[in-house]
Amino acid sequence: MSVRLSTRQVGDVTVVDVSGRITLGEGSSSLRETIRELLAKGHRKILLNLADVSYIDSSGIGELVSGYTSVTNAGGQLKLVNLTKRVNDLLQITKLYTIFDIYDNEITAIRSFGT
Amino acid sequence: MAEETARETYRIDRSLESRLESADAAEELAVSVAREAGLDEDEQHRFGMAVRETVINAVVHGNRYNARKKVYLSILATKDRLTVTVTDEGEGFRPESLPNPVAEENILQQSGRGIFLIRAFVDEFHVRRAPQKGAEVTLVKYVRRP
Repeated sequence: MSVRLSTRQVGDVTVVDVSGRITLGEGSSSLRETIRELLAKGHRKILLNLADVSYIDSSGIGELVSGYTSVTNAGGQLKLVNLTKRVNDLLQITKLYTIFDIYDNEITAIRSFGT
Repeated sequence: MAEETARETYRIDRSLESRLESADAAEELAVSVAREAGLDEDEQHRFGMAVRETVINAVVHGNRYNARKKVYLSILATKDRLTVTVTDEGEGFRPESLPNPVAEENILQQSGRGIFLIRAFVDEFHVRRAPQKGAEVTLVKYVRRP
């Protein structure tokens, strides 16, 4: 199954529910496009919910980094919530755990953005 | 029982098209070999991902999606190890020349993590110039049976 993305608004935070595979090709470009569109519409507080991401490869990790950089450069914040063990492992191995703001549950993640 | 013994050592060879879909097929094959070797699910996943990333490198950076070039995949399963060889028809590469993706100055780079992850997921990683042309990458995963 390739990646599926849907967005919802919780207060001023935009939650992007990501499911499926974030891999080289369609999976990674869809995520990039979604973040680009959100920024273009003025969204600056973006939370990626990765609970249903079954697989991510090095290209997918690159897209998460690219998203983080784009949002940060636009003066916003991009955070991650509900990482699966495998995604968590990859972020540990690549030391990106030290870069991303990562949460175990959505309520805490949303509160962390502040008002 | 005799059949199981005979199955302990076997080799699979595939000639793959220079397309991203080849990485899916290679990964699927690698995971099934890892499963048959008795690796646990996490190890199957890591081995499959290492093979996937290696084939992607061969397709994207080696053969540059050239439809006239092939990627050759070989998996040798023996009692104590799985040995994968991926050969492309590109210009070859030197892994020591690749930047370290976890260095502070590279951590926010969008790409450059493939080889790093492959090394993390297998026990041995070797690259040499293929006898004809291109890169020959060998991955070895030790099989530790209970």
